[in-house]
Amino acid sequence: MDLGRSRALLKRALLLAGLSLAIPGWALAVRNPLVGSAKAVKAGEYEFRINCALCHGLGARGGGRGPDLTNAKKPHARTDAEMFQIISNGIPGTAMPANGTNGQGVGMIDEEIWEIVTYIRSIEVKAPARGVGNAAHGKELFYGDANCSLCHMVNGKGGRIGPDLSSVGASRRTDALIESVRKPSARLASGLTEPSKEFPQEYETVTVVTQDGHQIKGVTLNEDSFSIQMVDTSEQLHLFEKDKLKSCETSRKSLMPAYNRDMLSDQDLDDIIAYIERVAAP
Amino acid sequence: MRPTPTIIQLCKSTLAALFLFSALVDIGRAQVTFEQLCDSAKQPYNWMMYSGDYAGRRFSPLQQVNSSNAKSLVAKWVYQTAATGKFETTPLVVDGVLYATGQDDRAFALDARTGRPIWMYQRQLPGDIRPCCGRVNRGVAILGDKVFFGTLDAHVLALDTKTGNVIWDVSAADYSKGYSFTVAPLAVKDLVIIGVSGGEYGIRGFIDAYDANTGKRRWRFQTVPGPSVPGHQTWEGESWKTGGAPAWMTGVYDPATNQLFWPTGNPSPSNRGAGRAGDNLYSNTLLALNPDSGRLDWHFQFTKHDEHDWDATQVPILIDAGDKHLIAQANRNGFFYVLDRRSGKLLSATAYGKITWSESKDTEGRPVAKPEAAPTPKGHTVCPGALGATNWMSPSYDSKTGLFYVSARDQCDIFSTAPQPYQAGHAYYGSAYFPSDQAEPYVGAVRALDPATGQMKWEFRHPSPTWSGVLSTAGNLVFTGDAEGNFIALDAVSGEPLWHFQTGGAVYASPMAFAVDGKEYVAIAAGSSLYAFGLP
Repeated sequence: MDLGRSRALLKRALLLAGLSLAIPGWALAVRNPLVGSAKAVKAGEYEFRINCALCHGLGARGGGRGPDLTNAKKPHARTDAEMFQIISNGIPGTAMPANGTNGQGVGMIDEEIWEIVTYIRSIEVKAPARGVGNAAHGKELFYGDANCSLCHMVNGKGGRIGPDLSSVGASRRTDALIESVRKPSARLASGLTEPSKEFPQEYETVTVVTQDGHQIKGVTLNEDSFSIQMVDTSEQLHLFEKDKLKSCETSRKSLMPAYNRDMLSDQDLDDIIAYIERVAAP
Repeated sequence: MRPTPTIIQLCKSTLAALFLFSALVDIGRAQVTFEQLCDSAKQPYNWMMYSGDYAGRRFSPLQQVNSSNAKSLVAKWVYQTAATGKFETTPLVVDGVLYATGQDDRAFALDARTGRPIWMYQRQLPGDIRPCCGRVNRGVAILGDKVFFGTLDAHVLALDTKTGNVIWDVSAADYSKGYSFTVAPLAVKDLVIIGVSGGEYGIRGFIDAYDANTGKRRWRFQTVPGPSVPGHQTWEGESWKTGGAPAWMTGVYDPATNQLFWPTGNPSPSNRGAGRAGDNLYSNTLLALNPDSGRLDWHFQFTKHDEHDWDATQVPILIDAGDKHLIAQANRNGFFYVLDRRSGKLLSATAYGKITWSESKDTEGRPVAKPEAAPTPKGHTVCPGALGATNWMSPSYDSKTGLFYVSARDQCDIFSTAPQPYQAGHAYYGSAYFPSDQAEPYVGAVRALDPATGQMKWEFRHPSPTWSGVLSTAGNLVFTGDAEGNFIALDAVSGEPLWHFQTGGAVYASPMAFAVDGKEYVAIAAGSSLYAFGLP
């Protein structure tokens, strides 16, 4: 297909979309001119490395800021046209920037964006890596014997020390979820701490000792050279000026226990993950 | 390194004269001559060029704010640009009027006492410009009754200091091929000197000099030599045509020898050496030029045949120590270089941050890259990362402490090749890089280096690497900002923090100082606002 013509069509479609806000309508109407092209997949892989991998990780498997894109279920990008639109214009209110020629970044042309769309489609994993668990049993475990809800919240119910898990099932692949339970420190604060990441110290473990010798352990919510904002293991919020503390130590060893198979069998873990993935399903 | 008596005397006399001068200053006069620029230390209340003086020291002789009273600094005013994106400006102040630039190529003048706007110029930019790294601008130059700035669509403009009206506007290059300006120009004699950006687009770099009165171009130094010009043989085949070597940070000038020193950036494609075999002159090079003609006097290339995006564009600083006339640069590749600026001879190169790319030096003393440091298809970790052990944030030199202050970053990246064909106006990296987990600790710090030995005297650590430059002042202070939004005063001798203010936005700029009506101010751009601090 003539790319120039497709670009012209797309521009026209974008213009119409801007006028009518009928994004789903036009999105369905525009087709990926490179669909299935092996050459486009290779070019898209390089383009992805250069422009996307900083947030979405090598191989699109999720990074410090961006979700795993190998998940075939993409609520924002069901069609190639929707994905094109997201890459080109970004997602307002999220860290996803506009990457088209009018964006703040290097400005990818339409062909390059289609190459990336084609590449992402080529690496999507359609089925979960493991057998599907029992979500109902997983929910029981989450709020019961596995103690997940002591620290994690799902849809407003649960603890506050760990990340809210309401949508993680859509943004991370099954094997990444398994790893985060078996080896919780592996992905903690993985070093992606450019200033554009608003809360760089999120979920680092912190131990402070106050002037009267009182020790408080918890996770950092935010931190700079002079102050720290943290929540302790009893979910109490503490706001300290560092020069008024005896000591303040942060660590990349997660407060979360590493669940081995004695603590949580593979089947029970599958059930919990099935629950996490079900609640995140669109 | 000890200060020379002349510098001490000069400082004393100018400081004594400060209040007298400020009483006599005609607020808003705003006329700047080349002689004033040469003798900027005689007008410590004014900040008349990007780095504060021709030596590039980013040092203010003011000492009303000093290490004993810095703890009582307060915000005096805040000016909001209400624009998004990185705000990288260093303002100039001349006779009570502040001139600065902002995001999306705006330029503005403020009453430096109150922050109240006097005028604003907003460039109407085309929709298809190619700013690699944000819609940024770092500031203006001033000469006579004009301020000068370069735009993202590769024009050079002269604006009237009193109204912001455009006096002249010239196109330097084709923006659609990736050429742009982000640098604050430098005024020397009757010339406006400016270097181009676009090393991520396969441009062919240059440094231009324009007649300040008319905008007519007097000379252009091509940083990638063309056929039959010395240095051309350092490029494979046709690669020189897209060889990069931009010049996107402001150079420095030695009036005593009439030498202009200008640093250059990475070869293109920035992270892939295949196809451009050779040293790739004059990428990542310090150029010593005659400012009247643009003729090359000498050159020193820091990183030959670079494959890690280690632009050598960091502001170099002229240091005089006894009979030694030095030029020092803390380079993005992690080494602190000191050269004799008359001859261009390298005197020392000492690591000031975490480096893994070099273990040996050549006969000149230049660190040499290990072959295995080159990016690979699978990717492997090299320190420093592509953003460097420092970047464009300005360093500072205080002749009293004898210390060179630099914002350093300890971070490593995984470099992997990602071959790309050249297409005019499109990103041209040839590789990709990601933060490496092996980079721990991933931190930033202000480091105080002794130019005589290259050794670190102290450091002040940030929780994450900063994009703020450093200002030193005769008040025994070092000012810097951090990515968490703090603006910080440190003791210049010990590095101890004395004061900080939370600005509410990450700092992507270098601080400066000025005085009006006998009152000293320290200014920094942070978030989308410009802040001025002073004593209560």
